[in-house]
Amino acid sequence: MNRNNRRRYASRTSLGVMYALTVLALIPLGLVLWFTIAKGLPSVIHPQFFFNSELPPCEPSCPSVSDAGVGHAIVGTAIMVGIASLIAIPIGILGGIYLAEYGIARWASWVRLACDVLVGTPSIAIGLFIYAFLVVPFHHFSALSGAVALAVLMLPIVARTAEGAVSLIPNGLRESGLALGLPRWRVSLQLILPAAAPGVITGALLSVARAAGETAPLLFTAFGAHILVLNPNSPMQALPMTVFRDALLPYKSLQAQAWGAALVLIIMVLGINLVSRWILRRQIALAGQL
Amino acid sequence: MAVRAEARPVEVVAASRPRDGFRSVVGVVGSLVPALLVLIVLTLLQQAAPAIKQFGLKFLIDTDWNPVTDTFGALPAIFGTVATAFLSLALALPVGVAVAVILAEPGHTRIRGIVGTGIELLAAIPSVVYGIWALYVLAPWSYVHLEVPISEHVTFIGWLAAPATRSLFNAALVLAVMVLPTLTAISRDVIKAVPRGMKENAVALGATWWETTRRVILPSARAGIFGATILALGRALGETIAVTMVIGNAYVIPHSIFQPAYTLASVIANEFTEATGTIYPAALIELGLVLILVTLIVNVIALLLVHSTSREARLTA
Repeated sequence: MNRNNRRRYASRTSLGVMYALTVLALIPLGLVLWFTIAKGLPSVIHPQFFFNSELPPCEPSCPSVSDAGVGHAIVGTAIMVGIASLIAIPIGILGGIYLAEYGIARWASWVRLACDVLVGTPSIAIGLFIYAFLVVPFHHFSALSGAVALAVLMLPIVARTAEGAVSLIPNGLRESGLALGLPRWRVSLQLILPAAAPGVITGALLSVARAAGETAPLLFTAFGAHILVLNPNSPMQALPMTVFRDALLPYKSLQAQAWGAALVLIIMVLGINLVSRWILRRQIALAGQL
Repeated sequence: MAVRAEARPVEVVAASRPRDGFRSVVGVVGSLVPALLVLIVLTLLQQAAPAIKQFGLKFLIDTDWNPVTDTFGALPAIFGTVATAFLSLALALPVGVAVAVILAEPGHTRIRGIVGTGIELLAAIPSVVYGIWALYVLAPWSYVHLEVPISEHVTFIGWLAAPATRSLFNAALVLAVMVLPTLTAISRDVIKAVPRGMKENAVALGATWWETTRRVILPSARAGIFGATILALGRALGETIAVTMVIGNAYVIPHSIFQPAYTLASVIANEFTEATGTIYPAALIELGLVLILVTLIVNVIALLLVHSTSREARLTA
């Protein structure tokens, strides 16, 4: 009996320890959110923060911190992630359809492995690759090359999530399409893809969120800028680069700006994540009704 | 054949058609991904060629990094990369597995859903946000509350001496937070895939919760958890920005984990835009090549492990 009590005690203790470790794992999330909000909010509450561009370091006699802004970086992120999406999302969706509809082929399992490996490839290496591939031949940094680097990052995410969404569609839908004499491409693109749309959109959104937060692949491609640039053929600033460069500088005004940019970034990225989760949950609820 | 036709009727229809143009189109588009991987490696190889020719294999064991005299050796960066990655895994693994075990338990779906979402959001936070947080919050805290007390109390271990705010240890600490979601998500799936019968058998024999978990569930999920760990290792090896901001960027093999160091990815991030000449950028790209080859191998091993366990689980279920 004594021994059994000890066993029960050991079991309860270990369960308690595991619950404690679970709480411990969530603490960093709370801390990151709290400090980013607390330190970023003072910069973000000035409307100029969203419209003005960066001020050069000016301590100790700054005109006013509130005149500085990251408008150029927000626009830059939007342009580069936009171009990257235009490249990566269509290609990724077609790749995902291939993996889902013809996934039994031997080659498809290689494509799948390549996707998973590419997701895990260090983004800085992708930056180096695009530098060698697009920056060196054209002799200048450009937002366009940054966008291509982001597209390389997004492509495998879009493909794998699209695969997951498409393969969830019941075979009955495919069969009824084929039975009506529709060619395969119409079945896939006009029947299956619309039915799988919420899942596919979720994957695309997640890849956008990932690309919007990436710094490393942009360092040697988009390079960065201190002013608002709209021409995709010239160097451009992005929000993560603002955080990275300003946070490491010894000027208080720029550090505050970096925290503000981090707050904008985190709201954007977590917002996209929560929205896509909501879409996915609705899709699952709908599928349950079918 | 009959079994296969039942599982995938579409395949049979497709096979009976003489030509499927759509299949070729999407197949070619899908093949872009493996092509890209090969292209990335070949491009880096070609760009690094001057450095590879000049230094040969000595590049991997030399400790000197001097752009002025054009002497480049990768060992301190390789050491820093491997040390931060392994240290971060040592910190993250117990926590990650514990969270996975808790999340895979039945019941309390709502709370578990919230915890699971929280852990997944941890993966969504951009690396640079972790970086600024680690630089201004985590590293100063860890310096005062972890590094200094540990180094004062454990004076007899040399590699726990001489604390500094920006250090290999603090880089590993932030990395541990960053790889936790990878570890947890995959471990949870693997643990969930353990056939229920096995668990029920153990419980029926009178095993407590802990005995069931430790002697039945974790052993049968072992290979998958190992795969998840290696996958997390790959992420930790390649992480750039957050590490660059807290590791202190000192191109040495530190004598203590509380001292500044450098990683392959951080050297590239810091120096590449300023690299001039032919040998210097080539040496940096060779660092990138080393990094990508190592992560490639690590990832393939991890993925094969994870896939083989999930397939096994599906077969036995």
